[in-house]
Amino acid sequence: MISVKDIHKRFGKQIVLNGISHDFMPGKITTVVGPSGVGKSVLLKLILGILVPEKGDILIEGHSITLANTEAEKNEIRANLGVLFQSAALFDSLTVYDNIAFPLVERTYLSRPEIHEKVSFMLEALSLQPYYTKLPQEISLGMRKRVGMARSLIMEPKVLLIDEPNTGLDPLVGQEVYDLIKLCHSQWKFTGVVISHELPEVFQVSDRMIMLLNGKIHLEGTPQDFIDSTDLAVQQFIQGRLDGPITIQ
Amino acid sequence: MSVVRGISAFGRGTIENTTGWGAAWVFMYHILVGIFSRPFRGRLILRQLLEIGFNSTLVIFLIGGFTGAVLAVQGEYTLSKFGATAWTGPMVALSLIRELAPVLTALMVIGRAGSAITAEIGIMRITEQIDALRSMAVDPIRYLMVPRFIAAVISMPLLMCVFTSVGIGGGYLVGVKLLGLSPGSFMGQIISNIDILDVNSGLIKSTVFGIIFGWVCCYKGYTCGFGAVGVNKATTQAVVTASVCVLVVDYFLTSILNRIFF
Repeated sequence: MISVKDIHKRFGKQIVLNGISHDFMPGKITTVVGPSGVGKSVLLKLILGILVPEKGDILIEGHSITLANTEAEKNEIRANLGVLFQSAALFDSLTVYDNIAFPLVERTYLSRPEIHEKVSFMLEALSLQPYYTKLPQEISLGMRKRVGMARSLIMEPKVLLIDEPNTGLDPLVGQEVYDLIKLCHSQWKFTGVVISHELPEVFQVSDRMIMLLNGKIHLEGTPQDFIDSTDLAVQQFIQGRLDGPITIQ
Repeated sequence: MSVVRGISAFGRGTIENTTGWGAAWVFMYHILVGIFSRPFRGRLILRQLLEIGFNSTLVIFLIGGFTGAVLAVQGEYTLSKFGATAWTGPMVALSLIRELAPVLTALMVIGRAGSAITAEIGIMRITEQIDALRSMAVDPIRYLMVPRFIAAVISMPLLMCVFTSVGIGGGYLVGVKLLGLSPGSFMGQIISNIDILDVNSGLIKSTVFGIIFGWVCCYKGYTCGFGAVGVNKATTQAVVTASVCVLVVDYFLTSILNRIFF
């Protein structure tokens, strides 16, 4: 489980997160929504331990990543995490196969046949066999996301962090990525944290949702709670209206 | 008010520079620790040796050959005023081994491979590939920087040797075949006037330049700013900073090595 306790984060004079606390439910997908610049990706990087908060604590499976002093300590905690980045963040010089095999090669002592078996299973599960010899730049962004998903799941993490799953994708490919998330969640049962501003599309993959606004959690609940909410900011955000309490930054 | 603004700008600049230098030294410390840490990534080092070293040989051949040729022409002209054209060979060889080969090799490799390293790492930074490495519990300094740094330090002296050899060859061709110098005298004078300490001096310089090249170019890429502008700026800064550092360090290194060796 991921537990975020009273997190404060600022960049210079700009306060981004101002006392965020939330327990992400194990085995469920929680989506963090909010307008651009509200600190969603910052929260993800704090969970990953790439950024350090000024105040507060983040526990992953009971271990504090904010109190971990060395990269080695952080890496032990990160072993529980998988991440699907916004742009998939595949390594340009490696083929699809090598990208998926990368965490196994770097972090385990598995033999080549064992690695091959696991990667082949993943290629099969995510329908990537025809592309395994291709380089990332030779496949579409949607397919890259699929490869990114395969890479993040190959170590069978307890927690999967997904940053803006369908940014830059057309509606059809975007839907394909949501279907992929649903498929993978049903198969691997991970605790999911999805960062998104795509409403109402993201409702379909969310068990729980939290909305960030002005550095705080503005609303938390199920997707239905968001739809039923009479809060002006929530409705403005869902409907994508310009008039309302949320101003464009 | 303008005085206060000037003082505060000076103070801000000093703090930023000091912080930058501090971060660069910490970065270097992590690279040095990474060199002696497991796992040893032989394949990655070989790939970088190919990229930085082998792929630079053509340009080093060209520059080395023509530098040696020009030295022979200029040397023969100058020495002929003193009736000492027999010394053209040692003049070409000594100039190359002790000074021109290490410096020009470093400048060429910084321009060719250094900019590529900075741009590649910078793009990895802005496309979240470095964050991806960290999220997979792989230290980006050990995985990305250490192989490049080791390859830079190994490649530079080797390329300097190529530069020197080709340069002497270019000087020989021009001096003997075009200017009519005696071939026996040209090579004989080189052999009898070049000391192993001259070669050591060149090799030490090249190794130090390799360290500067690897350090600056990796650091600038790793700390690159946002977007295409950030990569552009980092690449320019890397090439300029590394080139200036090479020339400044060359002066001090020459002074020190001359005191120690000669």
